[in-house]
Amino acid sequence: MTTASSADHPTRRDFLYVATGAAAAVGVAATVWPLIDQMNPDAATIAAGAPIEVDLTPIAEGQDIKVFWRGKPIYISHRTKKQIDEARSVPLSSLPDPQTDEARVKSGHDQWLVVIGICTHLGCIPIAHEGNYDGFFCPCHGSQYDTSGRIRQGPAPANLAVPPYQFVSDTKIQIG
Amino acid sequence: MSGPSDFQPTNPALRWIERRLPIFGLVHSSFVAYPTPRNLNYWWTFGAILSMMLAVQILTGVILAMHYTPHADLAFRSVELIVRDVNYGWLLRNMHACGASMFFFAVYIHMFRGLYYGSYKEPREVLWILGVIIYLLMMATGFMGYVLPWGQMSFWGATVITNLFSAVPYFGESIVTLLWGGYAVGNPTLNRFFSLHYLLPFVIAGVVVLHVWALHVAGQNNPAGVEAKTEKDTVAFTPYATIKDLFGVSCFLIFYSWFIFYMPNYLGDAENYVPANPGVTPAHIVPEWYYLPFYAILRSIPNKLAGVIAMFSAIIILCFLPWLDSAKTRSSKYRPLAKQFFWMFVVVCVLLGYLGAQPPEGIYVIAGRILTVCYFAYFLIVLPLLSRIETPRPVPNSIADDVLAKTGSKAAPMVSTVIAIMVAGGLLVGGAQSAKAEGGEVAPPAQKWSFSGPFGTFDRGAVQRGLQVYKEVCATCHSLSFVAFRNLADPGGPGYSTAQAAAFASEYKIKDGPNDQGEMFERPGRPADYFPSPFPNEQAARAANGGAAPPDLSLITKARSYKRGFPWFIIDFFTQYQEQGPDYVSAILQGFEEKPPAGVTIPEGSYYNTYFPGHAIKMPKPLSDGQVAYTDGSPTTVAQYAHDVTTFLMWTAEPHMEARKRLGLQVFVFLILFSILMYFTKKKVWANAH
Ligand code: FES
Repeated sequence: MTTASSADHPTRRDFLYVATGAAAAVGVAATVWPLIDQMNPDAATIAAGAPIEVDLTPIAEGQDIKVFWRGKPIYISHRTKKQIDEARSVPLSSLPDPQTDEARVKSGHDQWLVVIGICTHLGCIPIAHEGNYDGFFCPCHGSQYDTSGRIRQGPAPANLAVPPYQFVSDTKIQIG
Repeated sequence: MSGPSDFQPTNPALRWIERRLPIFGLVHSSFVAYPTPRNLNYWWTFGAILSMMLAVQILTGVILAMHYTPHADLAFRSVELIVRDVNYGWLLRNMHACGASMFFFAVYIHMFRGLYYGSYKEPREVLWILGVIIYLLMMATGFMGYVLPWGQMSFWGATVITNLFSAVPYFGESIVTLLWGGYAVGNPTLNRFFSLHYLLPFVIAGVVVLHVWALHVAGQNNPAGVEAKTEKDTVAFTPYATIKDLFGVSCFLIFYSWFIFYMPNYLGDAENYVPANPGVTPAHIVPEWYYLPFYAILRSIPNKLAGVIAMFSAIIILCFLPWLDSAKTRSSKYRPLAKQFFWMFVVVCVLLGYLGAQPPEGIYVIAGRILTVCYFAYFLIVLPLLSRIETPRPVPNSIADDVLAKTGSKAAPMVSTVIAIMVAGGLLVGGAQSAKAEGGEVAPPAQKWSFSGPFGTFDRGAVQRGLQVYKEVCATCHSLSFVAFRNLADPGGPGYSTAQAAAFASEYKIKDGPNDQGEMFERPGRPADYFPSPFPNEQAARAANGGAAPPDLSLITKARSYKRGFPWFIIDFFTQYQEQGPDYVSAILQGFEEKPPAGVTIPEGSYYNTYFPGHAIKMPKPLSDGQVAYTDGSPTTVAQYAHDVTTFLMWTAEPHMEARKRLGLQVFVFLILFSILMYFTKKKVWANAH
């Protein structure tokens, strides 16, 4: 809009419009944030995601259990000597996502493999003790993981993730 | 007026779309080039305000539905969890709950404006009737929304309103059963109300489109009530009407924010912070303030069917207004008699609203009947008669003449009317509040609280000591089931560290399970756990306490109130006094008397309390001097204990109060500055039009 009055005081008029427009933009942005942030996990959900402790004594060698932490299945495998050797004898160069087995377990507790049981392809839950590598097999699109939870074959791009955890004692871990 | 547009976008891509779907032309002709009368006053901005409120309600409503659980056992708790745990949940809920009131407030102004300026007259009859349909849909939506929190008023409001249909001859019972989906109001009712409450706003939005369409065909009415004839009578919708509407909206937002941030419960009913109980009806069922005039009409008629018919007719009669009032002059500005009767009618509506909130007894019933007659007489006698006998003053030749005739001096009547409306609104709302707790009780003395007022914060020491009192005394009987141990470390709370909260939690034994063997077991509490209840279920609580289950204390300071009386409820609106609950709780704790006053007998197993409604309370005197050993040197008196535990319970009822007031201040500073900017921008833009 070009008008007579704007020709008289172009800067003052423009300043007022710019200031009002800017204030409106700030107001809208500040209003939008709560509307988006409400979708984030609420305080109760966050509190429920606190660390959990898992007792390892009932898990015999060669067995595994599935526990839930933050809504995710966590596989805890008590690996046999053979499984550990299998995992450690593979040349790293042959892995799609190279990582040593040692880097995926806690030293001194090499028999315990703790991984998040969520296929890194599209989120299905792989089945333990299945597939060609004695590790995990994902039935959705055929990804195969080895005894260290590393991807060996199939569409998944990465190894099964290791959750944050530590040994509280020799027979107890805290996940989270 | 908005015929095919010759608007052509310059951008080739937009032109490509325009050839196939002329949407830019539609927007341009409807919201940019559309001619609006240049003499519109600020009452006309309420159309824009209503559009904004509809958008706000739909937006916040869709969001709340993401977190709400429409189940009879979970609904109340899920609403509390929204307020307590969801990010900005308290803000969204306040916006939605107060938003409903603001929506009705604006729609009433919009309707009275239409009534005053004759906006329903030829050729705007369909426009007006569509408006009445929107209003009816709003009432249905508002009612069902009020049911969703599943508090006592929700439940009993649903019962009373659905029972209106039982007045229908022959089919009444079947209709009511159909509405309920059961033998009484229950989970199926809640579920369908949720579904419909989600649906109806979109129906409203659809009818609003028709409403606006009809408006754009007939053109806007204006204060002079003469049609726009030449170009001199109108200005373009954008920027003139747009900027004026936006200024109106920003001022309205200030009013709205007053409720959201400072008086969120002023328009609500304390009783709705008590979870629904199908076995106990609250002493006074009061609908939301916006239904009160019609509720008063319903109760004025001593016959059930006739009452229901009268109530619905009071709304439906609006549809016939264009034919009941056949006067040629539109605007009441030029109708000396109609103008006076209009204001009388406004007063009748406000008084009916006031009566709707009073107990249906004595003088209130008689007054209600007189006013009901007045209400209908306005439509059925006054308006038809006036259209025949009244000699209107001459109307201006054109809108341009009207604008020239009055230069300035039009803000004054607007301001005084706004004040009058605020007072009237206060009367309605206050009337609604005052209907509770009565019968000769002594009003609890108003106390000084650290958390009162716009800058109030919780006294940390008092909250911590109050927690100690709760833990050592109250917790033996009263649960606190909406509060988790982690909350003790929340900002704006007692001010403990996360480690302190965890340590506090670990002192409790929490029932958990089942474990791998399928057995329940006990473990030390964790921050995520909630305060355990002293009794396993309500029956056990009842049995152990002489038949009266001790109420959960999480919300007690918001679930209790008392009569403030006239004129306090109006003053309270401005002073933001809303500590009836804390005053009451604190008074109850100190109100025990060893012996009832002479002539008063208290049943066996009850105790005399000065401030308890009816004086006979089942709770024995819980506190005595020196009972709880404070470590910070505070006096160990009943008065101090009561003060501390009430402060603590105010925090448990409203854990985000400090955040609410803090954000409120920021919003207020912003909105006031923004409105000032808008005012000058509007002036600048309109300078071109004159
Ligand atoms: S999700 Fe596991 S292979 Fe696709």
